[in-house]
Amino acid sequence: MVTKMEEFTPQLKTRHPDEVSLRSLWAYGVIGILFGIVFVKAEIVSWFRIQEMFRLDSFHMYGVIGSAVLTGMISVFLIKRYNAKALTGEKIVIPAKVFQPGQIYGGLLFGFGWALTGACPGPLFAQIGSGYSVVIITLLSALAGTWTYGALRQYLP
Amino acid sequence: MEWLTRPWPWYVAGPLIGLTVPALLLLGNKTFGISSSLRHLCAACLPAGIPFFQYDWKKESWNLVFVAGVLVGGIIAGLFLKNPAPMVIASATKESLQALNVHDFQGLIPGDVFNWSALLTVRGFILIVVGGFLVGFGTRWAGGCTSGHAIMGLSNLQWPSLVATICFMVGGFVMTWFGLPYLLKL
Repeated sequence: MVTKMEEFTPQLKTRHPDEVSLRSLWAYGVIGILFGIVFVKAEIVSWFRIQEMFRLDSFHMYGVIGSAVLTGMISVFLIKRYNAKALTGEKIVIPAKVFQPGQIYGGLLFGFGWALTGACPGPLFAQIGSGYSVVIITLLSALAGTWTYGALRQYLP
Repeated sequence: MEWLTRPWPWYVAGPLIGLTVPALLLLGNKTFGISSSLRHLCAACLPAGIPFFQYDWKKESWNLVFVAGVLVGGIIAGLFLKNPAPMVIASATKESLQALNVHDFQGLIPGDVFNWSALLTVRGFILIVVGGFLVGFGTRWAGGCTSGHAIMGLSNLQWPSLVATICFMVGGFVMTWFGLPYLLKL
């Protein structure tokens, strides 16, 4: 939306969209904090809970992931159904996931790592926060893995 | 206050985690995904001329603020909402793990497997360093992790995310049943 006023004096008080989002970055931090608390309190960050899941000894993680997906699905459905806009005024657009073989190969490799470390990337941050300092090494290794993927990307399917 | 320090049940935690999806969308049209933060950190700290890391990571700084929040959330939960009782672990899992030389069941993660001196053992090195590497390498190759694919992707009915999620689970089952029985005994 460009008004006539802005057309003639574009340098006058037109805030860059990035600036607006920068101001509201703290809100993402707050959501992150709440998310981290839930992670620790529901013991999703626990290596033992992940073992129970892969050993089919507990319903806990299946319940967590299943009800999270269901809640997300209903939310996305409602957002699309009512054409909801973001607080920034932007139309909400969710990019489609395009299939590529990496989802299979990379997915399996991540699965191996998930069972070894008992953590996906989110819980790594929460584990460090809740006092397991050695997980800093796990996180640095994960960064090294991401970096190595970036370097080898052109040679991978 | 007691309900706060007790472990929260899945039917409380799951929906709260699911609500992150609309919260991020409504706040600023952001799609939920945590493993991207690792890519942004690489792009910010050590791009090394690699095309995959040549982009304006500052535009994605919301994602870094978000994971910083997750870390702070972990601190808050660890300091103020800590469960005073030892973890309740399914007895079948506990017995299997005991048979594999895991003996510390007090905290959220086994202290005898994950600690600084264990890093110098083969078992600790594989679980901490190799495991971490696989998490970082695998999630990026797959284009997302449990949050980006399993929660965000499935919420948006994306079939490639279903493929990825199934592979995450298959990988986890294979490592748990065929890898860990050897690796934990090292």
